[in-house]
Amino acid sequence: MNELTLREAADKLATKEISSVELTQACLDQIAKHNPTINAFVTVDAEKALAAAQAADARIAAGNGAPLTGIPIAHKDIFNTTDMRTTCSSRMLENFIPPFDATITTHLRQAGAVILGKTNLDEFAMGSSTETSYFGASRNPWDTQRTPGGSSGGSSAAIAANMAICATGTDTGGSIRQPASLTNLTGLKPTYGRCSRYGIIAFASSLDQAGPMTRTAEDAAMLLNVMVSYDPKDSTSIQSPAPDFTQALTGDVKGLKIGIAAEYFGDGLNDEVRAAIETAQQQYQAMGAELVPISLPNSGYAIPTYYIISPAECSSNLARYDGVKFGYRCEEPKDIRDLYFRSRSEGFGDEVKRRIMLGTYVLSSGYYDAYYRKAQQARRLIADEFKAAFEKVDLILTPTSPTTAFKFGEKDDPVQMYLSDIYTINVNLAGLPGISVPCGFDSKGLPIGMQLIGRPLDEETLLRSADAYQRQTDWHKRRVHLG
Amino acid sequence: MSIDPAYEMVIGLEVHAQMLTQSKIFCGCSTAFGAPANTQICPVCSGFPGVLPVLNKEAVNMAIKTGLAIEGEVRMQSEFSRKNYFYPDLPSGYQITQFELPIVEHGKVLIEDKDVPAKVVGITRIHMEVDAGKSIHEGVVGGTWVDLNRTGVPLMEIVSEPDMSTPEEAGAYLKKLRSIVRYLEVCDGNMEQGSFRCDANVSVRKKGDPKLGTRCELKNLNSIRNVMRAIELEAERHIDILEEGGSIVQETRLYDANLNETRSMRSKEDAHDYRYFPEPDLPLLVLSEQQIATVKATLPELPDAKRERFETAYGLSHYDASVLTTSRALSRYYETVVEQVKAGGQNDPKICANWVTVELLALLNKENKEIEQSPVSATNLAKMVVRILDNTISGKIAKEVFASMFESGSDPDTIIEEKGLKQITDSGAIEAAIDKVLALNSTQVEQYRGGQEKLFGFFIGQVMKATQGKANPAELNKLLKQKLGG
Ligand SMILES: [Zn+2]
Repeated sequence: MNELTLREAADKLATKEISSVELTQACLDQIAKHNPTINAFVTVDAEKALAAAQAADARIAAGNGAPLTGIPIAHKDIFNTTDMRTTCSSRMLENFIPPFDATITTHLRQAGAVILGKTNLDEFAMGSSTETSYFGASRNPWDTQRTPGGSSGGSSAAIAANMAICATGTDTGGSIRQPASLTNLTGLKPTYGRCSRYGIIAFASSLDQAGPMTRTAEDAAMLLNVMVSYDPKDSTSIQSPAPDFTQALTGDVKGLKIGIAAEYFGDGLNDEVRAAIETAQQQYQAMGAELVPISLPNSGYAIPTYYIISPAECSSNLARYDGVKFGYRCEEPKDIRDLYFRSRSEGFGDEVKRRIMLGTYVLSSGYYDAYYRKAQQARRLIADEFKAAFEKVDLILTPTSPTTAFKFGEKDDPVQMYLSDIYTINVNLAGLPGISVPCGFDSKGLPIGMQLIGRPLDEETLLRSADAYQRQTDWHKRRVHLG
Repeated sequence: MSIDPAYEMVIGLEVHAQMLTQSKIFCGCSTAFGAPANTQICPVCSGFPGVLPVLNKEAVNMAIKTGLAIEGEVRMQSEFSRKNYFYPDLPSGYQITQFELPIVEHGKVLIEDKDVPAKVVGITRIHMEVDAGKSIHEGVVGGTWVDLNRTGVPLMEIVSEPDMSTPEEAGAYLKKLRSIVRYLEVCDGNMEQGSFRCDANVSVRKKGDPKLGTRCELKNLNSIRNVMRAIELEAERHIDILEEGGSIVQETRLYDANLNETRSMRSKEDAHDYRYFPEPDLPLLVLSEQQIATVKATLPELPDAKRERFETAYGLSHYDASVLTTSRALSRYYETVVEQVKAGGQNDPKICANWVTVELLALLNKENKEIEQSPVSATNLAKMVVRILDNTISGKIAKEVFASMFESGSDPDTIIEEKGLKQITDSGAIEAAIDKVLALNSTQVEQYRGGQEKLFGFFIGQVMKATQGKANPAELNKLLKQKLGG
C-alpha cells in the first residue's frame, strides 16, 4: 500500500477502498522498520500523523475530500512546522520549534495531507549527499552504501524506501532534482518565486525554491497544485494565476522542440548516464518531438558563479544563529564575543562554516567587485543565454547528474562534491523550472535521471513532457523492496 | 562661537529620522513608543528562521514626500541592501538599508537663522532603513537584556553635503530639516527621544585650501545645542593638533555632554566591514509616476513658502514670519488668532504676531512647552487682542490679562470682569480722577504751568495709579492736556 503513487492512493481513498489511517499506518510501519538503517527521517510523529489521518478519513467520509486529503507526506526538515521541531539537520537548531508554519506547510495541512515527519538533509541544505547532516547521512534504498543525493536526500530516501507517498524538497542548486535522479523519483523545481519561501529556512535566498518530490510526473502535478501560490508574505513570490497542472498532462509532445546543448554532454559525464539520456532523446523523437541542437557556452561559468552567490547569501542568512535568541548556545560564555564565537563554532558543521567563510570573503570590501559583482554579471549572462535559447526551443533536455548515486566518502574533496550539481545549478541561477525524470538504470542497478528545463512559469510543458515519457516507459515504476 | 580665523570648518550632517508610520517597515508590528519591552515584536522583526520582509508602502510614501519637499530627485528604481554586522540588538545579523541606489538623491535645503545668513545646503541622499533594537544594561546583573520593540521601525537617513562651515549653520540646518519633517508629518523631530538623531562629520582646513582635511564622525548628539557644541569642540581639537604639527586620525568619536568633550570610540582600522550586498528577499523598489504624483498632491505648504505668504499677506517682517513658520502648529496657531480676531470685528495681523512671538513664546520657552501645550488657546488670545483693539483694555493691562490667562487657561473676558480691569473710557470718570490728582499736587501744577513740561508724564502716572491703570491712555492724554492748559 505504501508503494502506491499519489494518484493511486488518492483514488483508493476517494472510493474508500483504503483509509488514510491504514495508509498512514503502512508508512509508519515501514519507517519503524527501515528508518534505523535508511535514516530518512530526523523526526517522526506517529501520533499526530494518525490523528491527522483520522481527521482526513472523516473529511472524506463527509464528502469534503480534496486530492491530497489523507495522503501521507514527508517534509524536508527545512520547512517550518509549529508542532514539530525544524532542525535544518544542524546542531544549531537541534531543538528549535518554530512559532509559525511555512506557507507551504499551511497549504498542505489545509489540503488534508498527513504529515509523517521531517526528513534529513545536508546541514542547512548545503551539500549534495546528506553527508553534512548533524544527524548522519541518509542512505540510498537502492544501495545503502550510497548516498540518496542531497540536499533533499532524506525526502528522496523516504519515498524510495516506501516510507512516504510523496515529499516536499527545496532546490537551491539542484537539491530536488539530483536526489530524485539518484533514487528513481520525479523531482520538480518550479520557477523561482512560484512557491512561497515564507517559513522555509533560508540558505541562499535568491536561489532557494520549494518543489514536489514524487513517484511520477502526474503526482508532481497534483502536489504542485497545492504548493504553488502567490504569497503576500514573500516579496519575491510571483503573482501569476496557477493553473490546474494535472490538466496539462495530455500525453502529447508532438511538434515540441527539445533543445540539446553539447555543453551538457562533455567529459565529466558518465557513459552509462550518457547512453540512457541519448535513448530518452530518441524516445521523444519517436513520440513526435523535434530535437534541436543548441549551444549554452556560458553554462561553464555556472559552478563558480553559484559558489560565489550562494555562500554570500548564506553567510548573511546564517548570521542570525549567534546564540543570542534561539537555537544552540555554548556553555557559560565569557562575554558576547565568546558567545558568538563558540556558539557558531560548536553549532555549525564544517561545510556550513566553509561556505560562511567563503561568503564573507567574497563580500568583503576590496573583493566585492572582483567576485560578487562579477558573479552577478555572469548570472545575468547565463539567464540571457537561456532566454535566447528558449526563442528556438520549448524545453531543454540534459542529464540531471553526471553520475549515478555515489558511495559515502567518495567525494571527500568539496569541489568534487560541488560538481555533482553541474547540470542543475544553471537552472537556479536563471530562475527557470526544471524537472528530473527517471530514464534508466546503470549496470549496478542504480537509477539514472534526465532533466528537462523549461521557460519561466512553464511548468506545464515540463510536466506534460515528463508525463508523456512516463506513459511510454516503466523506469519510474521500479520500486526497491527492502524486505 | 568662533575658531582660529586662519581655519575654516567643513561640516556634513547625517540625520536619522524615525518615520511616523503606524507599523514597522517590514512587518505589521506597531511602532508606538514606550510599550513594555518585547511586546511589539513578531517573528519577522525578531529575525526568526524562515521569515521574509514585506515593504511598508506608507514608509515609501513618506520618503518620497520628504524627497519632494527638499526638491530632490526621487529614483524610479531604488534598491535595498543588507548591511552585515553582529550585534545583540540586531536580531538577523544584518540591517536592511539602501546602499547603492537610494530612493532620493540631490536635494537642497535653504537655511537661515538669527546669526546665519541665508545659504543653500545640499542633500546628498535620503535612504530608508530599519532601526535596530535596544540593549538594556541598567538593573541587569551578569548579562544584558535586549528589547526589540524598536527593531524594524522605519528610519530615513538624510545625508547632507559637507556644505556647512560653522556650528551655527549646522544648528540652523537641523532646525530647518526638523521643521520640514514636522510639516510633512513624516517624523516628530524629537531629538531627546531619539526619533531625530544626528551624527556630524567634521574637518578643518586652512582658509583657501581646496583640499579637505581628515574628518571625524561625532556620535551621541541628542540636542541641537549639543551638535553645535560638539562641532566647535571638535574643530578646536583639530586645530590644536594641526598647530602643534600633528595630524588628524580618522575616527568615530563620542560626544559626552556632561564633560563637554569628545572622545575616541573607534578608529578607521577597527571600523566594520559591512559587506553590503543587494537584499535578495526584496525586489527592486519600482515607483510609478502615478504614485509620485499622488504623494505630491498631499504635500502641505512648506515653511519657506509659508514665510513668504506671511510676509506679503500679513505684512510681517521677515524675522517674525520666520519665527511663526518654524513649526506647522505654530503657524496654524497664529493664523487661527488672525482669523478669530477678524471674526471679532477687528483686524491687525501685526499685533497678533507680536503677542505670539514675544509674549506667548517667551512664556512657553520658560516652561519648556511646545505650542501644542499652550494654556492660552488661539481663540482666547484672539479674544484678548479684540479687547485691546476695541479699547476695552490697554496694551499694558493686556499683559496682566495675558499672564493670568497663561496661568489659568481662562477666557480673557472672565479675567477682565473678575479683576475689574476694564479700561475707563468714560471721560467724566477720567476727568474726576484728573481733578483729584491736580488738586493734590498743586505745586507740580504751578511748576508745569511755569514751563516744566516734563511733569506731564508725572500727572499721567498719578492718574493711572489712581485708576489702577484702567484709564484709556488716549482719552487721558487729551483731557489732561485740556485741564493743564486751562
Ligand atoms: Zn514585527
